[in-house]
Amino acid sequence: MSASERLEDLLRELAPQVLGVLLHRYGGFEECEDAVQEALLAAAMQWPAEGVPESPRSWLVTVASRRLIDQVRSEQARRRREATAAVREAPDAGLAPDPGDEGPRDHDDTLTLLFLCCHPALTPASQVALTLRAVGGLTTAEVARAFLMPEATMAPRISRAKQRIKAVGASFEMPSAQERPDRLDAVLHVLYLIFNEGYTASSGPDLHRGELTTEAIRLTRMVHRSLPDDGEVAGLLSLMLLTDARRAARTGPDGALVPLAEQDRNLWDAAMIEEGTALVTASMSASPLGPYQLQAAIAALHVQAPRAADTDWEQIRILYAILTRIAPNPMVTLNHAVAVAMTRGPQAGLELLESLDGDPRLARHHRLHAVRAHLQELAGEYAAARENYRLAALLTTSLPEQRYLRARAGRLER
Amino acid sequence: MKFLLNLYLDAADPPGEGFDHEGFLAASGQAGELISAHAFADPSLSTAVRVRGGVVAVADGPYLPTSEHVAGQYVVDCESRERAVELATLLSSGQVCGVEVRPLMDSAGMEM
Repeated sequence: MSASERLEDLLRELAPQVLGVLLHRYGGFEECEDAVQEALLAAAMQWPAEGVPESPRSWLVTVASRRLIDQVRSEQARRRREATAAVREAPDAGLAPDPGDEGPRDHDDTLTLLFLCCHPALTPASQVALTLRAVGGLTTAEVARAFLMPEATMAPRISRAKQRIKAVGASFEMPSAQERPDRLDAVLHVLYLIFNEGYTASSGPDLHRGELTTEAIRLTRMVHRSLPDDGEVAGLLSLMLLTDARRAARTGPDGALVPLAEQDRNLWDAAMIEEGTALVTASMSASPLGPYQLQAAIAALHVQAPRAADTDWEQIRILYAILTRIAPNPMVTLNHAVAVAMTRGPQAGLELLESLDGDPRLARHHRLHAVRAHLQELAGEYAAARENYRLAALLTTSLPEQRYLRARAGRLER
Repeated sequence: MKFLLNLYLDAADPPGEGFDHEGFLAASGQAGELISAHAFADPSLSTAVRVRGGVVAVADGPYLPTSEHVAGQYVVDCESRERAVELATLLSSGQVCGVEVRPLMDSAGMEM
């Protein structure tokens, strides 16, 4: 790791902690968040030349607080007649940081911040953008680049999200015990979205986007550190590790998608597999079952097999049956059908697929046709399989998927 | 998801007052959804280029000689197709005879 990468990691680790301190002292999410971004920027400019200060965290808190106060003063000067100041200073707030006021509170602050950024009043896309900036410490330009979007589009998305948080009166505090399960679900969903955005793009021209997987894993680790006993948090972290472990094998040298069954298993990351498997094994024996744990357990079964032919499809089928019961959705049914086909024959899988015909959530969706084509190919119904691969290729909005589906159809050409 | 919004005009319609897209621009701009915007010149100013078997044919005028033609387009990034359609309704008034909402291809994909 280079010095600049180490510096970036340090700054990103400290970003939510510093924001937590500012929010405790002064309140006002929007203003505090801007001030922290400015302090991070100042550090990124000054530290490489002047050296990292003895207490980087205190340095950032001090600089961010100064920026905040400056900002409030200029704001007040501009809008003198306005009755309410944008930021209220807590009575005991001093500018000098308390020496060594680091501690376990930082973990809680990071979690509280995640709850705030994933507030239900925001759209998922805004939750994602705000989380990456306020908790992940990314600049708006970096968030925009990761989503292949102009900064001019991302900037209003983030500021609108911050205004919305202010407008609904959401504050920097832990949700009540009653609200907490739903709010945690929303946080995990956002982390999952960030991961997926990066995972699907982790090759070729989209490398910056691919870094989102690393970021999602880092943030999920933080949540896991705060809530070590939560089975779904552990499940999500495990799912991410077990999925990302296959990253190097999932695309060929030419960028083409390689299906799981055909991946070179020597390219899988053994350390990630070990960590992910241990996490899900421990959490499933200690916590109530949830969808992330089940998906992680399925991913663990896939990566445990030395060869694709050794995959324990019967266990996978059982886990999908449970997942269908506790978190039914058409995508789960599609995967369930594949597991049924692998254990009870392709016809049984095709029959299960029929239950999805006419499901409005899958209308014009390529995946149903892709799975049907795959099962028809297994059943030896090559002409029908070819037609469904072609149909799926027409319907997908992903270029590599389209290329893959066309190649599958081509293989069945006579 | 990124969508292209193609705005169609009909040359047979009498010329109108132009576009009023204030509502659309405010809604998509403030929400951080608007990625790009282009207004097209009249199709009579187009040149259609065709290369067949190495033979280049260049013709003045639009590619398709239809009365309805694309007069401009926006690219938006939205949560869902439903949201893109909602934004399109803000465009389809006055002179515009219709808006085509079309997904853009993504360079990312899932292994199967």
